[in-house]
Amino acid sequence: MTRWLQDNMPKIVLAPSFIAVMVFVYGFIAWTAWVSLTRSRLMPRYELDSFIQYERLAASPRFETAMVNLAIFGTLFIVIAMVLGLLLAILLDQKIRTEGAIRTIYLYPMALSMIVTGTAWKWILNPELGIEATVQGWGFAGFEFGWLVDPDKAIYTVVLAAIWQSSGFVMALFLAGLRSVDEEIIKAAQVDGIPTWRVYSAIIIPSMAPIFLSAFIVLAHLAIKSFDLVIALTGGGPGYATDLPATYMYAMAFSRGDIGQAASSAMVMMLVVFAIVVPYLYSELRTKDD
Amino acid sequence: MKSFVLSTASAIAVCAAGVASADGHAEAEVLHYWTSGGEARSVAVLQEEFAANGGTWTDMPVAGGGGDAAGTALRARVLSGNAPTAAQIKGPAIQEWFQEGVLADISSVAEANDWANLLPASIAAHMQCDGTWCAAPVNVHRVDWIWANTEILAANGIEMPTTWDEFNAAAEALQAAGIIPLAHGGQAWQDATVFETVVLGLGGAEFYQKALVDLDPEALTSDTMVAVFDQMRTMRGYVDDNFSGRDWNLATAMVMNGEAAFQIMGDWAKGEFLAAGKVPGVDFTCASTPGDGYLYNVDSFAMFSVEGEGKAAGQELLAKLIMGPNFQEVFNMNKGSIPARTDVDLSGFDECAKISAADMASTNESGTLMPSYAHGMALFGAQSGAITDVVTAHFNSDMSSADAVQMLADAVANSM
Repeated sequence: MTRWLQDNMPKIVLAPSFIAVMVFVYGFIAWTAWVSLTRSRLMPRYELDSFIQYERLAASPRFETAMVNLAIFGTLFIVIAMVLGLLLAILLDQKIRTEGAIRTIYLYPMALSMIVTGTAWKWILNPELGIEATVQGWGFAGFEFGWLVDPDKAIYTVVLAAIWQSSGFVMALFLAGLRSVDEEIIKAAQVDGIPTWRVYSAIIIPSMAPIFLSAFIVLAHLAIKSFDLVIALTGGGPGYATDLPATYMYAMAFSRGDIGQAASSAMVMMLVVFAIVVPYLYSELRTKDD
Repeated sequence: MKSFVLSTASAIAVCAAGVASADGHAEAEVLHYWTSGGEARSVAVLQEEFAANGGTWTDMPVAGGGGDAAGTALRARVLSGNAPTAAQIKGPAIQEWFQEGVLADISSVAEANDWANLLPASIAAHMQCDGTWCAAPVNVHRVDWIWANTEILAANGIEMPTTWDEFNAAAEALQAAGIIPLAHGGQAWQDATVFETVVLGLGGAEFYQKALVDLDPEALTSDTMVAVFDQMRTMRGYVDDNFSGRDWNLATAMVMNGEAAFQIMGDWAKGEFLAAGKVPGVDFTCASTPGDGYLYNVDSFAMFSVEGEGKAAGQELLAKLIMGPNFQEVFNMNKGSIPARTDVDLSGFDECAKISAADMASTNESGTLMPSYAHGMALFGAQSGAITDVVTAHFNSDMSSADAVQMLADAVANSM
């Protein structure tokens, strides 16, 4: 008996969380997939009706806007946050005196919730209250900065706020990566008289490839599930110009009583996540096998 | 005569309440989303009356999202087989819930109290499911109001507009004088509110019915609808640059402070004016938006099928009290709306409410009393949402009116 317990203890300990994950993650994914194939409205129904909800989704200009916005937001957010994070990390890596304090300052936005970030930036970017009004108050009457209220540019304000929130975190990731590079190699390069920028571009950054991947995965899933920032900053507007798939799903499920649409858009979001995460997992698992 | 009806009605109410509390205890668990200051005070009136008649009231307020959060809570409760005794639902959502087979029949109360003759016919129709009564109306908000700053109008020699052309002319004059003609908040539902008043004004009630209630594709793509979108485009020029995302009460404040001349908004805006100590007719003017007709937004409570005698008694008592003249008067004075029943004495109400009540009676007779689509009275959520998407996309871009009507017809077809 004791023997059996000894052998099976890890399984027993893990069982509850395993069951919980099976039911609450995979079970509910399966449920959502099922509902996305029905004509559910106010309440879930279970009679299958082929791909009608996906056809409706494809015909919806609002969902198209949401997907285009996700592409714009995701690309700009990930690229700029990583470039900025890397730059900050390299600058901080120059053995400067107040590194601890500066690092904390840059990391601090991460401590705020997206709702706070969104609300603060809403005020900063509001033409009547924020930057535009301030600069005009200094006497530059012709100054205009109305991105927040311009349907074509509002999505970029979301990018701006998200980068402000996350680049400090990316910086911390990269800083850890920079520190993990073997000091000996760098010293050897310096002895050989190689300029600093070459040391970074040819030695340090290439050896940080796994960090890039982690940063990318973290930022990519932040971008895809982004919801609270948009709600706080623009409320999806002007019009629905800053809608993202997550806000579309919320509107369908909770305001419009169109659960079928909500479920199908949720499935599309999940497929986007899979498209990013599966290659990552695949490469990770394969390297371990090697 | 009126006082006789009143006293009889309240006598019946008292008797019935006596019966209800005699066979034990009337109890009701009420799910609602009246949580802000004035609303909470209003619902407390009902709570007190319920308690005074021997009932036990379990309050279940769910704040947030203009009722979205309450709707989610309600769905969860019904799905788990634990429906509340009564819930605040309105418009076609009542029929949607009825189709799910979860609503209780309150016909006995309704028939005993002659609701059919006390309510305007089209509002009564919302409260009936397949011939039986399934909900009780609380109030009538009028949506097609235009509010104006009296002083600005006088200073610029402008009369309240009675046609949209007059409105445009007034707006041009105001713009030339450096005043924002239209205070507006760029949120989808506010765009939709303005849109439906323009549909009613330019197309008339018959067109409104065809386009926004029956969703007739011909009406949706008609020249009248193109003209409606043209007017929306014109009005886009009358709002200030910073309107995006502004809350409606801030837009109301702009009219109050003299920054803007007009606002098109339902009569909840009146509450803002009155709370700021403004006097109707002196500081601000209320009028129906240009054109004939009346767009109503009626809050109501639907009763759910629940087990237990006490709960059934509670539902009967609740339905009776909601439609009772005393509650209808006190509640609506607090909330800024007018009573749904037509026999309540209006002497305590303000001028705007009296106009609203008179217009409700006359439009009821002429058949131009219409449900507000923007406030969930005319259509199911998916269809009204699809229309709102097009309206707000058009208003916030440079889309042509021809494209907009095509998109409107497509969106409506896609939402079915």
